Amino acid sequence: MRHLLAVLLALLLFTLPAAAQAPRDSLVIGLSQYPSNFHPNIENMAAKAYILGFALHPVTAYDAEWKQSCIACTRLPSLENGDAVLETTPDGKPGIRVTWQLRPDWKWGDGTPVTPEDFRFAWEAGRAFETGLGPAEFYRSAYRFESAGPHSITLHFDKVTFDYAGLGQFQPLPARIERPIWEADRANYRTRSAYETDTTNAALYNGPYRIAAVQPGAGVTLERNPHWGGPAPAFNRIQLRTVENNAALEAQLLAGQIDMVAGELGLPLEQATALQRRTGGRFRFHYNPGLTYEHIDLNLENPVLADRRVRQALLHAADRAQIVARLFGGQQEVAHGGVHPRDAGFDPGIPQYPFDPARARALLDEAGWTSGAGGLRRNAAGETLSFDFMTTAGNRTREQVQQILAGMWKTIGVDARIRNEPPRVFFAETVSKRRYGGAAMFAWVSSPENVPRTILHSDEIATAARNWSGQNYTGYKDAEVDRLIEALPLELDANKRRPLWAGLQRRVATDLPSLPLWHRSDAHVWPQWLDGVTPTGHQNYSSLWVTQWRVR
Amino acid sequence: MAGALNLLLWRMPQMAITLVLLSLAAWFSIGLMPGDPVSLAMISDPRLTPADIERLRALHGLDQSLIARYLAWAGGVLRGEFGYSRLFAQPVWRVLWPALLSTLALVGTAVLLAAGLGIALGALAALRPRAAPVVDGLALLAQAVPSFWLGILLIILFAVRLGWLPAGGAPDAGHSALPFLVLPVATIAFGQMAGYARHAAAALSAELSRPHITSARARGAGERRLLWHHALPNAAVPLLTLLALDAGALVSGALVTETVFARPGMGKLLYDAVMGNDYNLALLALLLVALVTMLATLLADLAQRWIDPRIGER
Repeated sequence: MRHLLAVLLALLLFTLPAAAQAPRDSLVIGLSQYPSNFHPNIENMAAKAYILGFALHPVTAYDAEWKQSCIACTRLPSLENGDAVLETTPDGKPGIRVTWQLRPDWKWGDGTPVTPEDFRFAWEAGRAFETGLGPAEFYRSAYRFESAGPHSITLHFDKVTFDYAGLGQFQPLPARIERPIWEADRANYRTRSAYETDTTNAALYNGPYRIAAVQPGAGVTLERNPHWGGPAPAFNRIQLRTVENNAALEAQLLAGQIDMVAGELGLPLEQATALQRRTGGRFRFHYNPGLTYEHIDLNLENPVLADRRVRQALLHAADRAQIVARLFGGQQEVAHGGVHPRDAGFDPGIPQYPFDPARARALLDEAGWTSGAGGLRRNAAGETLSFDFMTTAGNRTREQVQQILAGMWKTIGVDARIRNEPPRVFFAETVSKRRYGGAAMFAWVSSPENVPRTILHSDEIATAARNWSGQNYTGYKDAEVDRLIEALPLELDANKRRPLWAGLQRRVATDLPSLPLWHRSDAHVWPQWLDGVTPTGHQNYSSLWVTQWRVR
Repeated sequence: MAGALNLLLWRMPQMAITLVLLSLAAWFSIGLMPGDPVSLAMISDPRLTPADIERLRALHGLDQSLIARYLAWAGGVLRGEFGYSRLFAQPVWRVLWPALLSTLALVGTAVLLAAGLGIALGALAALRPRAAPVVDGLALLAQAVPSFWLGILLIILFAVRLGWLPAGGAPDAGHSALPFLVLPVATIAFGQMAGYARHAAAALSAELSRPHITSARARGAGERRLLWHHALPNAAVPLLTLLALDAGALVSGALVTETVFARPGMGKLLYDAVMGNDYNLALLALLLVALVTMLATLLADLAQRWIDPRIGER
């Protein structure tokens, strides 16, 4: 249906915006998702992160250069400046004590300063067994909280990792509001929190904006936080409208109901490139490389795919560059592995697999798969070289790519049988419980210099005994990869991490437990009069830097 | 009066039993679907350990059997506690109420408009046989045009090209909802109108050829009086049934229109709740839709008895 709608909208080439221009002291942003809650420390979802980026500031975040930076602190902690100190934990393990100096002008929307007590409460609630906030790993590791003054917080961690300076998703919560609610009913805190019951309370927000109105499922209105101590943002009011249907989102943009579409949660790349062709210079389009890695996981327990040469042949036979050029207007980067070329850990020497059908055929011959009747390859036992190829049903782009790839593989004698499932079944049952028989195409979203432990370490193979936790869905096991994954986070020297990253990428790119396709780009659509939006490409979204947005 | 009371006494327990059975069927259908809130949590936080997962299962009550969870839910409902929506972290009523109002406004306006226009066209076809092919053609067109296609055409013309009306969405607080209703109402009403036009034309034609109409005409009654006072009341019985069925079905069936116009409503909410494993929300939304359908049918039956008291005696 969306396809047909898009075609109909294409007829609008000649149309002109008839709606009146929005007043320039307000901005209307279209999003394709609505958050399931507004609590900053419960669950992590893109829509919430984008919206709260305007209204709540984390202590640290990755910036547009993919470097850790201070948002609400005065300097990043490091061993050199003494804010981070190596120590031994009470049970004798190597640990680290990290202190963050907070901005003295940091205030909640009711004028009350953000204090260490707000952090202490957030830490206590996160660690409480019965409350169940995420991310569990952070709260497990941060075993002690201290404060040496009104603008200083210190956490003790029971492990030393190179990313110790960042506080990730951990954010302060206004203790004078939230603590009584939590104390009254810890198990139901996630639904009783003021972020859910009193969402428009200004005292819950400490960023340049505060949430002033909420229309469940439809949108959120932000107004300036009068107690914001940083640079003044350009708009008095920002409206975030959720339009889940992409064609409807495009229609509202063309009708002038929304000013811009957030690239982080907006139009699919191919729709945006088509829209750009049709609308000429009416909007500004920006395609930003992101940390969403599209790939195909291969089930290594399938005897057909257990042979590395078969996996390499599949990648050689896939003309990814052509797919990117034809389908995505060349706006995405072909991937050679899970690490993005812009990432500090990227190794330019990683083995690559250019489109080479002859090499693919030779590899299959070498692996004992010879051409047989009907062009399909068979092994000595007479079995055909075939496997199930799955992805999310209803995702038009993926289904299109899947058909193209299956066609390419057919030319080298490989039969990839397409069998798709709705996302809910595909992710919750088939992939996470490793029930896919052959290949599963989907994407990973990561952060800068993210060590892929959950995806590649042999301890992370999802099994029933582990309650299906872990994301090593291919069943990949390699002692050297395990060693590198364990060593990487512990190496604090960035220069010494480089060879570890290189070793990891080369090993994985040779073994190919999954086939890399491309790193997705986000399509940002802005009005011509808007300046200063800086997309990041990772989960610290552009909304965090809204004070830099300006009207031309 | 006694007939209506009997109908109410008979229908109320029927409705209650239907709602209980429906809630059971829906609970088990959703419960047996793959994926649960913990699976989603595992995707969003890959570092969850097996112990974390156990804890989350207990937190969400997933360590208990489906029937135990159903009984707990049903007990809560009987006490007036409908629980929280997992998707919106809000009490379900707070999520459902605006969606229900939005859909009732949309569907109510659309069905009334469709019925009014349809009956008018049907009457025209019945009274002016020359106009009948035109009305037939229009009805055929209305039935043949898919609502999503008509919706997008209306958006293109009135929102994008002319800029007269919003392309969709909902009004901001304090703003008029009317401009946001026009295009979705027109989309639904155009499709629904066909049924009313055809039924009205057939029923009125049949009525207008009956002996009592011929007799009234012979007595000098004008065509307008014949139509409104003699033919329409008799022809209204099947139209009322159609109206009741439409109103009920459209409360949940407005999904396509709500999607095209990005309009929050019951259809979309029900779909999201089922797909998002939001038991409390899905169950209550489903029961509410069923209740609206049953109440609409009941109202139609009562109205039929009022129009034609012989129905209750049969």
